[in-house]
Amino acid sequence: MEFVAAKDLDEALVAKANHPDAEFLAGGTDLMVEVNLAHHRPSSAIGLRRVDELREMTDLRIGAGVTWATLESHPHRALAQAARTVGSPQIRAAGTLGGNIGTASPAGDGLPWIAALDGTIELRSKDRGTRVMPWREFFVGVKRTAILPDEAIVAVRIPEDTPARQEFAKIGVRNAMVISTVSCVVTHGDNGTTVALGSVAPTPMRATRAEEMINAEKNPSEAALAEFARIVSEEVRPITDHRSTESYRRHGAGVLARRLLERCLS
Amino acid sequence: MTTRTKPRVRGGIGEDVVRPDGIPKLTGNFAFASDLVADGMLWAATLRSPHAHAVIVSLDTTPALAIPGVRAVITQDDVPGHPLFGQEKADQPVLCDGVARYWGEPVAVVAADDPETARRGVEAIAIEWEPLAPVSDPEAAENSDHIFRRINVRRGDLGAKGEVVVEGYYEIGTQDQAPLGTEAGLAIPDGEGGIDLWVTSQWVHIDHGQIVRCLDLPDHMVRCHPAGIGGAFGAREDMSMHVHISLLALITRRPIKMVYDRSESFVGHVKRHSARMWYRHEATPEGRLVRVTAKVILDGGAYMHTSAAVTGNAAFFAVGPYVCDNVELDVVSVKTNNPPAGAMRGFGVVQTCFGAESQMDRLAQELDMEPLALRRLNALEAGQPFSTTGQIIEGAFPTTAIIDALESFPLPPPLESDDPVHLPGGTGLTTPRSAVVRGIGYALSAKNLAFSEGFDDYAEARVVLTPVGAEVHTAAMEVGQGLVTLLQQIARTVLGTGHVAVVWDDTSQIGSAGSTSASRQTQMTGGAVHAAAVALRDKVLDDHGADELREDGAYRDGERVATLEEICASGPVDHWIRFRHPETEEPDENGQGNLHPGYALAGHRAVVDVDPELGLVRVVQIDTAQDVGKVLNPKALMGQVEGGILQGVGLATMEELVIDKGIIRNPTFTDYLLPTSLDAPHVNAVFIEEGDHWGPFGAKGAGEPPTISSTPAVAAAIRQATGKALTRVPILPQDITGT
Ligand SMILES: Cc1cc2nc3c(=O)[nH]c(=O)nc-3n(C[C@H](O)[C@H](O)[C@H](O)COP(=O)(O)OP(=O)(O)OC[C@H]3O[C@@H](n4cnc5c(N)ncnc54)[C@H](O)[C@@H]3O)c2cc1C
Repeated sequence: MEFVAAKDLDEALVAKANHPDAEFLAGGTDLMVEVNLAHHRPSSAIGLRRVDELREMTDLRIGAGVTWATLESHPHRALAQAARTVGSPQIRAAGTLGGNIGTASPAGDGLPWIAALDGTIELRSKDRGTRVMPWREFFVGVKRTAILPDEAIVAVRIPEDTPARQEFAKIGVRNAMVISTVSCVVTHGDNGTTVALGSVAPTPMRATRAEEMINAEKNPSEAALAEFARIVSEEVRPITDHRSTESYRRHGAGVLARRLLERCLS
Repeated sequence: MTTRTKPRVRGGIGEDVVRPDGIPKLTGNFAFASDLVADGMLWAATLRSPHAHAVIVSLDTTPALAIPGVRAVITQDDVPGHPLFGQEKADQPVLCDGVARYWGEPVAVVAADDPETARRGVEAIAIEWEPLAPVSDPEAAENSDHIFRRINVRRGDLGAKGEVVVEGYYEIGTQDQAPLGTEAGLAIPDGEGGIDLWVTSQWVHIDHGQIVRCLDLPDHMVRCHPAGIGGAFGAREDMSMHVHISLLALITRRPIKMVYDRSESFVGHVKRHSARMWYRHEATPEGRLVRVTAKVILDGGAYMHTSAAVTGNAAFFAVGPYVCDNVELDVVSVKTNNPPAGAMRGFGVVQTCFGAESQMDRLAQELDMEPLALRRLNALEAGQPFSTTGQIIEGAFPTTAIIDALESFPLPPPLESDDPVHLPGGTGLTTPRSAVVRGIGYALSAKNLAFSEGFDDYAEARVVLTPVGAEVHTAAMEVGQGLVTLLQQIARTVLGTGHVAVVWDDTSQIGSAGSTSASRQTQMTGGAVHAAAVALRDKVLDDHGADELREDGAYRDGERVATLEEICASGPVDHWIRFRHPETEEPDENGQGNLHPGYALAGHRAVVDVDPELGLVRVVQIDTAQDVGKVLNPKALMGQVEGGILQGVGLATMEELVIDKGIIRNPTFTDYLLPTSLDAPHVNAVFIEEGDHWGPFGAKGAGEPPTISSTPAVAAAIRQATGKALTRVPILPQDITGT
């Protein structure tokens, strides 16, 4: 495997344009696992760790190279909560938000937050410059995205009008360092409630029917919250695999969404 | 004999002696088997069956041999000696014999200049399979009479009936030992047709016997050396790559190194038997056990390994440490196309302890009794006949003392903080304190120590006194448990010198120490070292008319009569011994007889916080009382207790290899979940020191009991919190929520 350590974004984009089948290597916490398991043997890799532009971060724009360790203290509460659940301290020190997006696993813990806040993915290539894509268009299937072979993920952008409250939670079979069987972000603010979920569909998803239902309630009653949970459970599209069952994931999605909404409302 | 005064020595028994290999391991200076290298060595890699059951239609290794850097490829046709190996019965081909009987069965092994080339060589082998239907259901295997061992225990009056009856069906999933060090080895040809071999092992002598047979070499031409082992828990009782790399070393005349990666390790060693258990307990209205009836099926997988002995343990400990005069047990291990099962910490007792203790709780509930009150009423004690075998119990058997200790532990305070670290779901932030229900559960266990059922169980050791101190020679495997420290402590205490080195001999230098399993080395090799050291000391004292041995020589009435140099004037003084435990016998056709050399008991109380709506748990605290005979090293003992409990917690709440039609779906640490420090309960322990009838200073083995009854105790606590039956471990979130 050939390896180029790019010094800046331009160099990375040139290298990628010249070798479209090369893989970007950020923290390597997904890519090197694939390599070690011999699931994937890229012919060459372009290292991004020295690329400072990818580590830029404001409240509304987070560089792809920002690590989970940094995000643990991000002002966006749900993102910071998600960051604290990713892997172990070693993984959080190396793994990045951009890598999470690049892998596009249904269980990627950063993805529901992007979906809940209607984030967009900023992409760039040597020849066509920058384009910005809504998350819904970017994530197209299990570990599949709409990125083009010469593009890099540069940042995640969040619309300015951020909701007042946001909460994240994830269910796993142990109490730390575990892949989500369900993850969820709920936001609440002047524009109403949003509900996004992970691990319950091929891509991160929004529970739009549940959102509509709860947004029609001024002060949700117990019954309304129960109905909200029921609709979330109905809307998700999980599978049964060796990590959990379809029916548990449906149930867990509803319970988490309701609990997070309660947290937002409290 | 003169009277001996009490030894004054640093680092003797009873102290928290620091392990000699501790700092080197922490600082990365200890050579594990995977760290070994030799000049000119080649790397080996294994082609494994992708099917649980399939016939090889064609196999062509020439494409692999055509790759530059590939030096040799072996298949079953290359095995020069006996084609089969196996600990209890040679039934597994060294390499696939044309029919693969489990997923991951080794088919061919490639030696190449580097690991990557070896892997490419494996991929290049042309092989065509014709898949067959796998037998993956153990009940179907039993119905077709695919049996490794069947034990029918019949004791007492089989017409006996109790007025109170509880029945239950229980299951236990497949647990893996998941040692941190994967299988690894180095085979070095000696230039004269022989081999020196270092492989992860728990018993080099049993490996040796199988290897020479498969290689068709005389005993002295293969020397198995104890290697550095990163954990075992039973996974290394049966051979992995031993014959493969030895054969490649003979063929290539070069050293061969092999290290399994994590996924390969999951298929490269035997696992704990999964079990299905049907139980009926009958009692008087007061709660006295009248009769226990059970049927147990253990899934042995494709080859026998230690299934027969595991079956024995499952049967003979299927009632627990309770008085019961009428017992009828049908226990069977079956042959399937699932991954082979074998030894794992607790060895058959883990399975039936879960069934039996779950039943005791059901019975207590039926009788409206406290769980410990029922156990106290039925407590079995020394001098009584053992409920399954009828053997009169010799040695310490303090069931009631364990119950007393469990009752005297204070309970932890109620949940006080909203810190997610203390809540079910942990950092996942799933669970508010208001969603938590606390449960408390209890379980007891009895386990045999050392090898049972008439096995000629011995351990050899040699103790040598030199001008600078003493050496202990043994081939007992130190797998991380701390035997090395105990042997030093025992020798120091007897010989009065602080300077004791443990020397690991290979199979040509000393006889067998037996396996590092069955909680046996403290008593067996510890017993051998103790006996050898005592004989050596007495000889030295007698020779010099002395009454005490100290670090700087032999003393009489406080006056030195000989220095160590003088004692060793004509060379080091040594004593070799072959140590045996009390003799046992094979069971008769009803499973009766003096089968067990001794027992160790344990009891656990688990306090578990449960989020019933999401099915998430946090084991808050486990309090344990353990019958250890005598505490030789408090810190090492606590390490066994905490680690064993965590393995029990893992089995209760998360650890399971998901096997689907013979194929393991989760052979990685991403998906085979082991408890993390956030899943680890606080542990309090009380040790009951009632001195056993054999073993050094009355000590008992202590490695297995912590893991046995911790699992049912956690299950019982979750049941108490949720009111659910929860008859299968691991208990997963969906089992609690019922979704
Ligand atoms: C032990 C362990 C625990 C884990 N736990 C979690 C967890 O709890 N939650 C979770 O969500 N994930 C977890 N992961 C997965 C992984 O850590 C995360 O997905 C992480 O965010 C990946 O980031 P990375 O920088 O390491 O990505 P890399 O491995 O470097 O890259 C991943 C993919 O993204 C591509 N990529 C990276 N950066 C860019 C870019 N700028 N532009 C275009 N493509 C790019 C790469 O080419 C590659 O295909 C875990 C992994 C391990 C090994």
